[in-house]
Amino acid sequence: MKIPHHLTDKFAKYTVLVCAASSVIILAAITVFIVLQGMPTFQKVGVFDFLFGTEWRPTYDKYGILAMIVGSTAVTIGALAQAIPLGIACAILLAEVAPNRIRSFLRPAVELLVGIPSVIYGLIGMVLIVPAVRHIGGSGFSILAACLVLTAMVLPTIISISEDSIRAVPHAYKEGALALGATRWQTISRVLLPSARSGIIASIVLGMGRAVGETMAMIMVIGNAIAFPKSPLDPARTLTGNIAVEINYATGTHESALFATGIVLLIFIIVLNTITTVVLRRGIQKHAEHLT
Amino acid sequence: MEVTLNKNIESLPYLDNVKLRTRMANLYYNKFQALRNVTLEIPSHAITAIIGPSGCGKSSLLRLFNRMNDLIPNTRVTGDIELDGKNIYEKSIDVVDLRKRVGMVFQKPNPFPMSIYDNIVFGPKQHGRTNRNELNKIVENVLRKSALWDEVKDKLEQSALALSGGQQQRLCIARVLAVEPEVILMDEPCSALDPVATLKIEDLMRTLREIYTIVIVTHNMQQAARVSDMAAFMMMAGDRAGELVEYGHTSQIFTNPRDKRTEDYITGRFG
Repeated sequence: MKIPHHLTDKFAKYTVLVCAASSVIILAAITVFIVLQGMPTFQKVGVFDFLFGTEWRPTYDKYGILAMIVGSTAVTIGALAQAIPLGIACAILLAEVAPNRIRSFLRPAVELLVGIPSVIYGLIGMVLIVPAVRHIGGSGFSILAACLVLTAMVLPTIISISEDSIRAVPHAYKEGALALGATRWQTISRVLLPSARSGIIASIVLGMGRAVGETMAMIMVIGNAIAFPKSPLDPARTLTGNIAVEINYATGTHESALFATGIVLLIFIIVLNTITTVVLRRGIQKHAEHLT
Repeated sequence: MEVTLNKNIESLPYLDNVKLRTRMANLYYNKFQALRNVTLEIPSHAITAIIGPSGCGKSSLLRLFNRMNDLIPNTRVTGDIELDGKNIYEKSIDVVDLRKRVGMVFQKPNPFPMSIYDNIVFGPKQHGRTNRNELNKIVENVLRKSALWDEVKDKLEQSALALSGGQQQRLCIARVLAVEPEVILMDEPCSALDPVATLKIEDLMRTLREIYTIVIVTHNMQQAARVSDMAAFMMMAGDRAGELVEYGHTSQIFTNPRDKRTEDYITGRFG
């Protein structure tokens, strides 16, 4: 028996629809579940006390996560402050400066770095970075060590996506700038980088996502102390680390508080993504609408 | 080989105001030879057209004069290429300075994704001019010269990419003028434009001729006949590209070509 074409089309259409819907459903289910699990904490502790409380002592019913918000923010900003300039410089090197011979071996190396499991980064951090930081002061398990490890982890993302976007700038822009008597560096900094801005910002957003979400490597090098960190050499705890370290033995309100930490993390990432996307749009919209 | 070479030199017109000169210029992309013993002299304050079929090396010859071929890896140049009697391929030559003196307009309009104003001040800014009043004057001056001022004076802060193709190309010419070059190279500047826009660019070229030396590559015979004072006909035969067949005053090339191949080409018998 031959199946009519309009039926096969319909079948294909609904199959795709179901697949697409399922990913949305999963996302919604996760969000609802986390919110339901975490809600009791907000009711019991109060949103303000939860977010801005500096004490996290589940045994005494104290659930304040400000120290972890500071920890997560500090490692993210610290890592990005190093990874953005380094990453863009590397991307320029790969896209515009390095001869093909060198690029053909550097580029796969960078891509390989993206795929290394984070526990390996954590291990190297524990064995090399932490003792090195110990020489400066403290135990070595610290925000500083976490920043250094995290820099290495987000760097490959920023490099590879930025390089792609610099390469995607039309060759005609480069020729035009050079033909006007611009030097190579002027061409890169005034024409290529501004034209590649959207891709570079996308790479930073992705790097930031990775930095905020990174758990395992951070647990291994940051010390996971619940005390409020006062200097980069102090140990601290990240929002993700908080959940991972305590979820094994948490019950009742304690468990709910960890889910509430997850809600905060979720909002954290949504806000960061929105800010960068808005900033990005504002910069390129003027010209982007004319690009076909 | 020798025969074509001598004929080429023999046919050189006598010029007393030579701006650009090539002597036995050869250009290689890897092993491919794109120009063969090209010898010609380009007069100042005139429009010189380089014509010929696709792939014959017209653009390669043009790009010799501002060393744009340098951007392509593994290119090699032999022979002399001179600007005002000085070899521009010597080690002591600063390519950035050379390109300030020899501007270029490309086949496809290539304004930067910036405002009209920023496109024009790009060159002057890179060369260290930052005084806002001075830059404003440059913008108005070159936009008037390129006959674009009346169309864009109220929207200088708008994106250059919003302009029509013809306007974009005139903006690109204005952008070159802002650097105050001596020579303007044009690589098929009208091939992406409609006839009206093309005529506007041609009018513009005629007015610019008073001040600048213009070299234009075109595959449009009528255009070469309309605008140019001198014409160079290039040719390829089989896998041999980059031969200059004939060079002379445009009127002579189009009415009384010396070479049979030139005659065949301009009368449309091939190519």
